[in-house]
Amino acid sequence: MNLRKYLKVYKKFLYTSLASELEYKTNLLIDLITAILSLIGSIFLLSIFFQNTGTIGGWKFEQALIIQGIYTILNGITNTWFNPNLTEIVKHIREGTLDFVLLKPIDSQFFISLKKINPSGFLEILLGFFLLSYCVWINQINLNFSFLTLSLITIICSICILYSLWFFISTTTIWFVKTWNATEVLRSFLYIGRFPLNSFSFSLRIFFSVFIPIAFITTIPSEVFLGISQLWKILLEVIVTFVFLSTSRRFWLFALKYYTSASS
Amino acid sequence: MKSKLIIGKIKTLLKVQYSNMLEYRMEIALWAISGIIPFFMLNIWTTNNLNESINFSDIMLSRYFLCAFFVRQFSVVWVVFSFEEDSLLGKVSPYLIQPLNPFFRYFAQHLAEQITRFPFALIIAFFFFIFNPESLWIPNFTTLFLSTISTFLSFIIQFLIQSIIACLCFWIEKASSIEKLLFIPTLFLSGLLAPVASFPEYVKSWIYLTPFPYLIDFPANLLSGNETNISGGLSMQIMWILLLFPVFRKIWTEGTKKYTAMGS
Repeated sequence: MNLRKYLKVYKKFLYTSLASELEYKTNLLIDLITAILSLIGSIFLLSIFFQNTGTIGGWKFEQALIIQGIYTILNGITNTWFNPNLTEIVKHIREGTLDFVLLKPIDSQFFISLKKINPSGFLEILLGFFLLSYCVWINQINLNFSFLTLSLITIICSICILYSLWFFISTTTIWFVKTWNATEVLRSFLYIGRFPLNSFSFSLRIFFSVFIPIAFITTIPSEVFLGISQLWKILLEVIVTFVFLSTSRRFWLFALKYYTSASS
Repeated sequence: MKSKLIIGKIKTLLKVQYSNMLEYRMEIALWAISGIIPFFMLNIWTTNNLNESINFSDIMLSRYFLCAFFVRQFSVVWVVFSFEEDSLLGKVSPYLIQPLNPFFRYFAQHLAEQITRFPFALIIAFFFFIFNPESLWIPNFTTLFLSTISTFLSFIIQFLIQSIIACLCFWIEKASSIEKLLFIPTLFLSGLLAPVASFPEYVKSWIYLTPFPYLIDFPANLLSGNETNISGGLSMQIMWILLLFPVFRKIWTEGTKKYTAMGS
């Protein structure tokens, strides 16, 4: 019953935001070119690294491409859902329109994290899938059932962790009002997700697996693709996902107590 | 009399914008932090000993990336985003009545932001030297002077390019997506992520004909004391400015004729 209601509401969200985004059709085309260029750019950068060496942090070029593919998919998801909604949260809080969201008979976190959608990110997700399937082909990965389930689980976990990180930062808006630049910090940290974790020095590796779990986001799914991931790592990722999701949820409810509305 | 008026205008603009920017110093600090990507790249280069092949010692490479960080900090431009917002909300109309091109306002905004940002950039550099004490150096006065100039020129080039794109707002409402498209080659080709010297030959053969290497690679090499063609680089920067400025003038006069005062 409840679930059906939320699905129905989500359908409406999709419809309205798609309708408003499709106003700017040329934008979609430009965004597609941007996504393609950005992928070419990162592969170019990777090829510079591999110019005179066979492996980086134990990863061959073809293997490192898997990380690029997963990063592209996750980046597409960020651009489709997380980024446009975060912009809205900041606006809601600055203009005090969060009041209207809180008054609605619907979960506020659901509303503010899924209200908007930016279709241009879809193209990036597609590109990522193309790259991944190319990687499956050149790395001669055989697609069996356990591989597919494990990679699906790890990628879903990565999406959840990424969502929690974004949502966590959006929540801090309640205190700081303008969090534009905090998201830029997160973006620049996420940038390292394009490279295998082992290619960084030990201290950075620790930082990016303990404090900001970027290691979990791209490296573990890629390891699953290559069949070199240990089971404990996958389990750890699942646990981290649950911790992050529940913490971000609790943090949101906690932050709402401090919401004082604005300009009303 | 007239020059006194102009100086008065400049002073007031800078003063207003500086106090405005000081209000957001926390944001600017975060923004400064978000520019640390060059340090992650440095970490990949040195951890994997990739620099041996391009004749860059560890120390020179860390200086290069530190300088790239600095140059980037003082050549960040966001005028297209400000202008797009102002133009969509109709805020440009009152600016147009004033006997002052609104882009002077944005220019002063950027300069004021750079002054506010300066201490934060110094703090980040301080931490960088704590972690990499061997790369500490003090550039001599001439280098410092010349690289400040070339950083400023790089800022002007980027400001002009973005202003041209911003003027496209008069024809298409969302010009910022074009800026995002143009940011991709800037990111990968300017030398922020890898020094241009490390690029493969097929890129090096044409890249110096584009403005990109003069945005970060050239000033950063100059500041870090690497060998560069100083007069060649500076004259290329000036040439690009001379080329872009008339384009901006043209598009501005054409655009203001098209202006429809949206949202007001």
